[in-house]
Amino acid sequence: MLQIKDLTAEVDGKPILKGIHLTVNAGEIHAVMGPNGSGKSTLASILAGRDGYEITGGSVMYQGKDLLNMPAEDRARDGVFLAFQYPVEIPGVSNIYLLKAAVNARRRHQGLQELDAMDFLSLVKEKVRFMEMDEKMLYRAVNEGFSGGEKKRNEILQMIMLEPTLALLDETDSGLDIDALKVVSKGVNSLRSPDRAMILVTHYQRLLDYITPDFVHVLSAGRIIKSGGPDLALELERQGYAWLTGDQKDAPSKGAA
Amino acid sequence: MSEAQSTIDEIISKDYEHGFETLLEMDVIPRGLSEDVVRLISAKKNEPEWLLEWRLAAYRHWLTMTPPEWANVHYPAIDYQDMIYYAAPKSQKDGPKSLDEVDPELLKTYEKLGIPLHERAILAGVAVDAVFDSVSVATTFKDKLSEVGIVFCSFSEAVHTHPELIKQYLGSVVPVGDNFYAALNSAVFSDGSFCYIPPGVRCPMELSTYFRINAKNTGQFERTLIVADEGAYVSYLEGCTAPMRDENQLHAAVVELVAMKKAQIKYSTVQNWYPGDKDGKGGIYNFVTKRGECRGDHAKISWTQVETGSAITWKYPSVVLKGDHSVGEFYSVALTNHRQQADTGTKMIHIGRNTKSTVVSKGISAGFGQQAYRGLVRVAKSAVGARNYTQCDSLLLGEKCQAHTFPYIEVKQPTATVEHEASTSRISEDQMFFCRQRGLSPEDAVSMIVNGFCKEVFKELPMEFAVEAQKLLGVSLEGSVG
Repeated sequence: MLQIKDLTAEVDGKPILKGIHLTVNAGEIHAVMGPNGSGKSTLASILAGRDGYEITGGSVMYQGKDLLNMPAEDRARDGVFLAFQYPVEIPGVSNIYLLKAAVNARRRHQGLQELDAMDFLSLVKEKVRFMEMDEKMLYRAVNEGFSGGEKKRNEILQMIMLEPTLALLDETDSGLDIDALKVVSKGVNSLRSPDRAMILVTHYQRLLDYITPDFVHVLSAGRIIKSGGPDLALELERQGYAWLTGDQKDAPSKGAA
Repeated sequence: MSEAQSTIDEIISKDYEHGFETLLEMDVIPRGLSEDVVRLISAKKNEPEWLLEWRLAAYRHWLTMTPPEWANVHYPAIDYQDMIYYAAPKSQKDGPKSLDEVDPELLKTYEKLGIPLHERAILAGVAVDAVFDSVSVATTFKDKLSEVGIVFCSFSEAVHTHPELIKQYLGSVVPVGDNFYAALNSAVFSDGSFCYIPPGVRCPMELSTYFRINAKNTGQFERTLIVADEGAYVSYLEGCTAPMRDENQLHAAVVELVAMKKAQIKYSTVQNWYPGDKDGKGGIYNFVTKRGECRGDHAKISWTQVETGSAITWKYPSVVLKGDHSVGEFYSVALTNHRQQADTGTKMIHIGRNTKSTVVSKGISAGFGQQAYRGLVRVAKSAVGARNYTQCDSLLLGEKCQAHTFPYIEVKQPTATVEHEASTSRISEDQMFFCRQRGLSPEDAVSMIVNGFCKEVFKELPMEFAVEAQKLLGVSLEGSVG
């Protein structure tokens, strides 16, 4: 589904990604871990199409298309979803309005009929209940006055409404208490399916207690320095990143493919 | 310049939808202004002597005045002798008795503007007075309204059918010498709408006037007077458009509202005069005086305006709160794009006890747009317990536009509470990316964010108008996205 080959990128002339190789197949969940500043969030942002990065080399193919040449909105409509680390506030725009606009933009792109108000409402209410959220938040402005946990839940609500093909979760676990973490994980796990893939960007093992990945990659200084199964995350939890980052020669930057 | 910014810049280059011209045989008087012209206009309208005298007094006063220069707008001096002060479709000469007699070209014009004048075609619940250049061409639902005693007709007609009401209220809120443009209007005003709601009557439908400037080199000087007697209620809508022309055209209107004891007037405007082209050529100068007076206790006057058009806007819909416990409100969205300039705001004059006013102003500047909020809150010594809340937010789209805020607060009563909040913001790159990541096009994202910014004002508009305003804002920001 996703093939990243030798991807290099800069911000303001400073190299951030220095040759990323990663292949993600349908049905897989990949965790990308690494210390602060290793380029994890940059990778997620570049895949989603955020401006401000200069791609200096490499390629990213998504379902046979050149992902890097697609505008952000086309990637989204094609099923790439990014759950933001810091969800933005949009004053005056209600959550339900945004959700409806997003869902219908995707449906139009897929050649499906837009959902009418009634069908949309019953669908969104079901998902809100599943995420253990208050229905009232649908009518509040997007993320305005939301707590950190509410914002993250709201991101996952958007994700399960949009049913992406490739979900990127950027530090979704940061700032969550244990109850919120469970709910967020429940949302993510509900999307596990043979024709969907996910990349979880995270600093800690904690999230992986609830969402078991198929592969774990360690990113350091813009390269994947080690890949493995779920056990690798546990090993990191015990030993810290220094265990790997001090010793890069032994870690070929090989993807999970 | 960032990519998000360049996207926004592309979106805010727009086309004006209502720029077409209707070709009609017109009755036009020669250019220029003099006592004779004032007499001629009055004669064309068969006016009584007292009204002519009133006009002449205004004209003589106007001659002694100079245009206001304190506003933050810039334009070459207007040559008042180079303008035409009266233009009317010839077919209107004897006044159509019913819609069937209205020139089909005119009906087509309004249909094209989305304002069908055939009653059966109109959205249920809105009565329209259509003003074309200097005259009212049609008023709908007149009969139905008169069943409950409501008078809704063109100003010219009201002068003949209800002279006592006109005599009593004309100029009672905006005196002839109030300001330069109001004086000019009083001298040469041609038509407009008149509305009287008798005591205790709740107007069963929205009333509206649709103003259209069509003729070239012509100024439009309309006059609207709305009186809500004791306990009455009326919601009134005003819409405006003009053809695209390279010359600037002057629109100097006066609107007077009178709310008696426990009466309520809700006045909503969607102003979409031709704003000029992207280089600032052409467009309407919209120099308008709008004022309402709460004359009785517990009266309420509410102004809601969405200003997207005009080359220059100079306009301060105000409320004089005379009655105790009376309420004044001003909700405004103003958009300036390209070279548009706007100096707009409100005046809330607290005189009665426990009077209350709310001001919510949302300014959006794009391109080289220049925008100023200018608001006065005056609390007289008599206004014990007066309260005002003012919120004034500016949204800047682009690097070259400007927003200014000039609040004036004069309080002579120590028990008064006056609050003023102001903010300036931009659409952030993060907001744009977030929306696009959810599948929205950049146009839809900007339009959604701008509409969100304006929500507090839009929710004050009547339903159909709110939809219209959202669309208009979308169109005003629309352009080619490469």
